[in-house]
Amino acid sequence: MVSAPGNRRPGHSRRAQYGTFFGYLIALGGAGIGAGLLLVSTNDSAAFAGARTSAVDSVGAASQVTAAGRTESQSLLAVIGGYFTRGSRVAELEREVSESRVLLAEQAALKAENARLRATLGLTQGEVKPVVVARLLGSTSSSTRRFATLGAGANQGVQPGMIVRSPLGVVGRVLEVGNSTSRVLLITDNESTIPVRRASDGVQAYATGRGDGTLQIKLAVSGLNPFKKGDAIVTSGSGGLFRPGEAVAVVVSLTLDGAIAHPLSDPGMSEFVVVEPIYDEALVSAAASQQDGN
Amino acid sequence: MPSPLIAPITDVLRDFGKPRLNRAPSPVLAVCLPWLLVMLGSLSPTWPIIASAPLVPPFGFLLLIAWQQLRPGLFPVWAGLPLGLFDDLYSGQPFGSAVMLWSLAMLALEFLEVRFPWRGVVLNWLSASGIITAYLVLALMIANAGGGSASIIILIPQILFSILAYPIAARLVGAADRFRLTPIITV
Repeated sequence: MVSAPGNRRPGHSRRAQYGTFFGYLIALGGAGIGAGLLLVSTNDSAAFAGARTSAVDSVGAASQVTAAGRTESQSLLAVIGGYFTRGSRVAELEREVSESRVLLAEQAALKAENARLRATLGLTQGEVKPVVVARLLGSTSSSTRRFATLGAGANQGVQPGMIVRSPLGVVGRVLEVGNSTSRVLLITDNESTIPVRRASDGVQAYATGRGDGTLQIKLAVSGLNPFKKGDAIVTSGSGGLFRPGEAVAVVVSLTLDGAIAHPLSDPGMSEFVVVEPIYDEALVSAAASQQDGN
Repeated sequence: MPSPLIAPITDVLRDFGKPRLNRAPSPVLAVCLPWLLVMLGSLSPTWPIIASAPLVPPFGFLLLIAWQQLRPGLFPVWAGLPLGLFDDLYSGQPFGSAVMLWSLAMLALEFLEVRFPWRGVVLNWLSASGIITAYLVLALMIANAGGGSASIIILIPQILFSILAYPIAARLVGAADRFRLTPIITV
């Protein structure tokens, strides 16, 4: 049992009484100040970007070290878990391999056809030169908003609006840039919307984060729901922010007007991510002037 | 019998923290440690965890409640203002969210303290659970007002984790409190 210390009542001392009274007053004022700050920040989400980015900059160096240990510890857990699910996974993998062989043959045919068409159009395959390769240092963990901290900032040439991707697919989009760190809006954040299409036939849709690690795929033009489980979703490139054809997610379940998809790139499992320049050059200046990036 | 070479070291270790007539806790440590521990908890978004869903408990907030329940009056009632401001820098919530909610939580804890001066573990855990749940739900509503549109269902695992993590936070605060009051200064 815990009881209040005896000396907490101010008694007859006028000074102590005032001290307690002003304590409560400042506490109430604190709630008021918080509400005021909220009003400012919800109206203009870039209002405190400077304070936030410099605060994250100041602990960025320590995070660089700890981020290196993350990938190892996660793969360790995966190894232990693997013992328990081995049998079912072997069966699943064998089935997948046989399916993949067929798909691979189809892919080879498509690739050949693609090369032929490109040659006729006179297009060159534009190799994307990454702005920087960096670590994801951490992410908002308890808030329902999903931001990650990237270990590269303005000093490395990162600009708001640039796309962050891992080898597996799109991770997110740079929102605020500090000197040596920047804030990335993950694609699973519920304010992130990406124009996407189905990889197989190009059905246009939008992928919006649901905040719980999955994406809501909504058809651009409503109609009969064409999605099936296992459909691959890639960026469509509309709007110019995202390069077309980058892997985003795989459909895991269907809803009335679209589907729920699971992102392919788990930002926690990717040790390094690549920051790509903004796809449409015309947007570069626009994004630079609009710090917010929304 | 320790060897004469390491004897001075073991003597120092044995004497460390022993209550002696001429020893007192370091006032700097006693005052600063609670604030530092809460701020360290607020830094959890910079820990190497990348979560695609909100699962991690709000450690800074848990530690603040734990300190307030273990040592009522250690933090001034207005401590939610500066500590919340620090938390807002890292949490990813709209700026000002923690300033407001932490200030309100401090007032709520103060009210509980006056109303129930004698509390057991169960009442502490119960009241902390209520405050944590209210905090997470209100924080979600604030995040949604600031542009998000997350449903309240995604909070359920996080609320459960936070409630289960609270006793651990309280034990951590207990250990920190013992360390804080270790007599290490010769007077």
